[in-house]
Amino acid sequence: IMGRSQGEGAVARRVLDDEMLEQLEELLIASDMGVDTALRVTSNIAEGRFGKRLSSLEIKQALASEIARVMEPVARPLPLYPKKPQVVLVVGVNGSGKTTTIGKLASQFKAAGKQVVIAAGDTFRAAAVEQLQVWGERANVPVLTAPEGSDPASLAFDAMTKAQADGADLLMIDTAGRLQNRQDLMEELAKIVRVIRKKDPDAPHNTLLVLDATTGQNALSQVETFRKLADVSGLVMTKLDGTAKGGVLVALADKFGLPIHAIGVGEQIEDLAPFDPEEFAAALTGLDTE
Amino acid sequence: MFENLSERLGGVFDRLTKQGALSEDDVRTALREVRVALLEADVSLPVARQFIKAVEKKATGAAVTKSVTPGQQVVKIVHDELIAVLAGEDGDPGKLRIDSPPAPILMVGLQGGGKTTTTAKLAKRLKERDGKKVLMASLDVNRPAAMEQLAILGQQIGVDTLPIVKGEDPVAIAKRAKTQAGLGGYDVYMLDTAGRLSIDEELMAQVEAVRDVANPRETILVVDGLTGQDAVHTAENFDNRIGITGVVLTRMDGDGRGGAALSMRAVTGKPIKFVGLGEKMDALETFEPDRVAGRILGMGDIVALVEKA
Ligand SMILES: Nc1nc2c(ncn2[C@@H]2O[C@H](COP(=O)(O)OP(=O)(O)OP(=O)(O)O)[C@@H](O)[C@H]2O)c(=O)[nH]1
Ligand SMILES: Nc1nc2c(ncn2[C@@H]2O[C@H](COP(=O)(O)OP(=O)(O)OP(=O)(O)O)[C@@H](O)[C@H]2O)c(=O)[nH]1
Ligand SMILES: [Mg+2]
Ligand SMILES: [Mg+2]
Repeated sequence: IMGRSQGEGAVARRVLDDEMLEQLEELLIASDMGVDTALRVTSNIAEGRFGKRLSSLEIKQALASEIARVMEPVARPLPLYPKKPQVVLVVGVNGSGKTTTIGKLASQFKAAGKQVVIAAGDTFRAAAVEQLQVWGERANVPVLTAPEGSDPASLAFDAMTKAQADGADLLMIDTAGRLQNRQDLMEELAKIVRVIRKKDPDAPHNTLLVLDATTGQNALSQVETFRKLADVSGLVMTKLDGTAKGGVLVALADKFGLPIHAIGVGEQIEDLAPFDPEEFAAALTGLDTE
Repeated sequence: MFENLSERLGGVFDRLTKQGALSEDDVRTALREVRVALLEADVSLPVARQFIKAVEKKATGAAVTKSVTPGQQVVKIVHDELIAVLAGEDGDPGKLRIDSPPAPILMVGLQGGGKTTTTAKLAKRLKERDGKKVLMASLDVNRPAAMEQLAILGQQIGVDTLPIVKGEDPVAIAKRAKTQAGLGGYDVYMLDTAGRLSIDEELMAQVEAVRDVANPRETILVVDGLTGQDAVHTAENFDNRIGITGVVLTRMDGDGRGGAALSMRAVTGKPIKFVGLGEKMDALETFEPDRVAGRILGMGDIVALVEKA
């Protein structure tokens, strides 16, 4: 929608009127921001600007800085604690990128000099363990496994014992994908947490919910339920290297305020980046192609 | 989490009917609520816009403006139109073209959408319902243990998989699958491909090359039913580039509204054939437009409800 004014050159100005606001709203909705949040963001930028003549660049800048302002407080790297082991539990719906993200994170921590152990807590999906083992090799980190079909909670318990005995700095636990409306599977997750706490009442120190950027408004329900049942402490959004913009993160920041630790930008081991509110806002509004 | 359409329209029409007969403007106000409902259900914006245009004429007719239950009338019109778009003209959603054996089926889509799982589910269905002899081959040389995943599923469902040869590229694997399917007397061979972004030039070119080798009878786009606005890009890019013949929507066992179904159908014009309803191998059902229509509106199965309107 901004393309037209761009064609007339960046200096062409248009009056910020209702029609224009509606177009801006649609730009944001098309990023998966959701109707309510899109309305709020556009009405915030309209304040003090309504009726004024603005260039498309100025409008995009205003939108982007409003979004960056909302996202600033949630852009936080994964906190590290002086705990041995610091336990990082990774949860999310099917196929969101949990296993891949664990491989990437393990590699980054390893490079930072940490001793990392991974537990293959997805004992359900075909070849989930083999997949994680490959990531373990790539990151040069040991992977603890249990047979397919065995209880993930007991694997988590064994992994805690082993990581404590080895004096590991970090224990990352992968889990099977589960949809948040599956009560039985959510209870299985709650059980994993209970068992981990038997070993260390403060663990898991981080529970990461991995969200797929192509997901639409259902991400709100994912965060709500996983937070309630698994005490999610932070988010990672994957697949932001595609055409999906991940605008739902703005709605999530608004509603839940959970920190966003990192974003996935590809399938390779180095494709995990810190969440940068300004870059995110620029990509979302199209300011980055200006 | 979100209001359903009936609740939204209820609010609007309660306000309006107090003023007597409805004007066309009143109906347009109601249609704005329909638009919001569609967007909250993750229908892609351009598709939602187009859809509203299509129902506008029907909704401004006397059936609505003179009705004592205009809200329900609008719900019915929207619901009917949703079903019409979702169903399209080509019936038989649960059928695959598998004549002239060995019939190739190519599975494509974004990363993590459910291609490998759906490949095995379809193979199981073809084997058990249609008595077909099926061969599955994984062309995924990218994702760790992708080939092992398909091999394990094959064992679980009793369907053969092409032996894994490390270091082969996807086109070579497709050729080997084709040969093997011919020699082995298979009715169908299924090619499971690596997940790819629709803007990944290299990987899209690769899957084109695979298509040209196999000449698939069906090219199935596997899409996550929880997909949001990105559905239009994925549908457009995959269809333009590879030419899909049908869609399978996965994760419809979730609590998503499933608006991606409408986007897929509207953008590609290709039928949605099946929906995935879980991780288990038998969790696959024929696509049913009326059920998905009710779901997009957040009203579950509303056929019974609107028949009274
Ligand atoms: N393009 C892209 N692909 C990604 C990214 N993260 C993960 N993937 C891909 O997404 C697919 C699914 O990733 P997994 O790590 O297996 O996802 P998961 O959540 O562990 O899946 P389940 O265990 O089956 O629930 C794989 O093909 C990954 O390569 C990302 O940031 N960008
Ligand atoms: N709940 C649910 N999970 C599903 C469904 N279909 C697939 N899955 C799960 O989604 C995850 C990803 O499925 P895959 O079949 O590996 O997806 P893929 O498209 O082959 O992934 P890549 O090869 O990495 O691109 C797995 O955990 C599957 O068990 C479904 O209909 N419902
Ligand atoms: Mg996994
Ligand atoms: Mg696969």
